[in-house]
Amino acid sequence: MTCWDPRTEDMSKAELQAIQYKHLKTLVYKLYSFSRFYHDRMKEANVHPDDIRSLEDIVKLPFMYKKDLRDNYPDKMFMGGQEELVRYHVSSGTTGKPTVVGYTQNDLNNWATSVARALTSIGLGRKDIIQISYGYGLFTGGLGLHYGAERIGATVVPASVGNTERQIELIQDLKVTAICCTPSYMLHLAETSERMGVDISRDTMLRTAVLGAEPWSEGMRERIQEFTGVNAYDIYGTSELSGPLFTECIEQNGIHIWGDMAYVEVLDPETGEQLGPGERGELVVTMLQKEALPMIRYRIGDLTSYDDSTCACGRSHTRISRITGRVDDMLIIRGINVFPSQVEHALLAVPELGEHFQIEVNRKGSLDTMLVRVEMNPTAFSDKIDDLMSLKRRVSRVLHSMLNISAEIELVGPGTLARSEGKAQRVIDRRSI
Amino acid sequence: MSYTIKQISIFAENKPGRLAAIADALEEERINIYAFSIAEASGFGIIRALVSDPDKAHRKLTELGYVVSFTDVIGVKMRDEPGGLRDIARIMGSADINIEYAYAYSAKTEAVLVVRVDQVDDAIKALQEHGGQLIKEKELA
Ligand SMILES: [Zn+2]
Repeated sequence: MTCWDPRTEDMSKAELQAIQYKHLKTLVYKLYSFSRFYHDRMKEANVHPDDIRSLEDIVKLPFMYKKDLRDNYPDKMFMGGQEELVRYHVSSGTTGKPTVVGYTQNDLNNWATSVARALTSIGLGRKDIIQISYGYGLFTGGLGLHYGAERIGATVVPASVGNTERQIELIQDLKVTAICCTPSYMLHLAETSERMGVDISRDTMLRTAVLGAEPWSEGMRERIQEFTGVNAYDIYGTSELSGPLFTECIEQNGIHIWGDMAYVEVLDPETGEQLGPGERGELVVTMLQKEALPMIRYRIGDLTSYDDSTCACGRSHTRISRITGRVDDMLIIRGINVFPSQVEHALLAVPELGEHFQIEVNRKGSLDTMLVRVEMNPTAFSDKIDDLMSLKRRVSRVLHSMLNISAEIELVGPGTLARSEGKAQRVIDRRSI
Repeated sequence: MSYTIKQISIFAENKPGRLAAIADALEEERINIYAFSIAEASGFGIIRALVSDPDKAHRKLTELGYVVSFTDVIGVKMRDEPGGLRDIARIMGSADINIEYAYAYSAKTEAVLVVRVDQVDDAIKALQEHGGQLIKEKELA
């Protein structure tokens, strides 16, 4: 494997854990001594830095939440003075107040190093010309990838967002080999280039796409790869952690979280208990080296599972699976946790269906019922009742095997489900009424 | 030679007003509906129709967001007396041809049974060999 930082990337699990423990210990002492906010949190939880005697003791530490950042807007959670800060990023926040993230020079260095390792792990390097089609500015996407790509010596095209036809011209004229953008923008780019008569695999040098900043599925990866001939890799990160930080490696089998920088846990969102490898739950991240805005046991609210076995690429840095939804989206139906993203994933496996669907939950007596309305793919329409009935049964079986819950299926015509901003309203829960 | 008739099939959720909306749309395009049937299942239905201009109807309804497909069917004249339907079913049965569905309508002079089978050519052959009278698309009116 090609590594940006072989000494760290080749480390064994045990070596990594030793480093993690060392960082954690330092971090906890530092926060207890210098962070008003986290000092109070630890007092409330009745935990002292001396109680942290192993990596496993991390469970004793209190959580941090998105709400904490909002409540302490703009910079009340920052450590150190303004002189130490070299940059701010601000996330708009879908609900209410924005959150502000500050960076010291070391924070920026670590961020760029993390991205540099990630890009190297998917085979990018000095010979590459990387177009960055994430927004530049207060959003972390553009600048985060930018500094990482420069760090590995690639040639950067800071295209930012918008003007898709121009972006395609640039890809052709500058012989761009890799692009970083959202998966939906990648699809849009592919459709636009098709309209322009540009065949990405024939007429461009584009072979790699680093996609993230919004949830996407394995089905979407297949569609993008087939449509454009590029290899598409998932990237993960949020502004609170610094920005985009981690990607899959060349194996496309989980996102490597650099163990010297971050410690990940996956928890049952209900109980807060740690889950084991492969079990799906809420991602909780401790940033081990962040200075300006340390994050300990931060409950991001993204759903994933982890795998701490050694990857086929040789790295033993823990991998997380692609983000499959948000904790806030979780439905509990007959005691079973159901995520709309799971339903989406199941439906994508049935070619006769379109991509829009709606889950309606009702209560009959004391029993919850789940109805899934799904738009049919027009080309799959058969005028035989039997064919459509067996399609319904098949969808029902696929859902059952995935969710372990039986759902009624309703086939509807394409475009039938009400859309807002291009997306159908995915969940209607009528139980509260 | 062709005795196959192009039928349009429209997917319709079981919602009131669906059929009327479709009829209005076709009327607007001056497309005549010669025959139609509705098949209903739990949660959805399929409207099947023989119309004066199937291509135009397909285009119009697709534009309006309906799921539409073409299906080849055959039209058999029925003796306007008891046993007419049974005769046709028997011919198909002895030729091992499975009828997916059928519906009848009254053309100008006689009743016509519209039949959907999987093996259209075999069905036409069997009916012709046993004295069945088939109608052509242009005879629908
Ligand atoms: Zn790997």
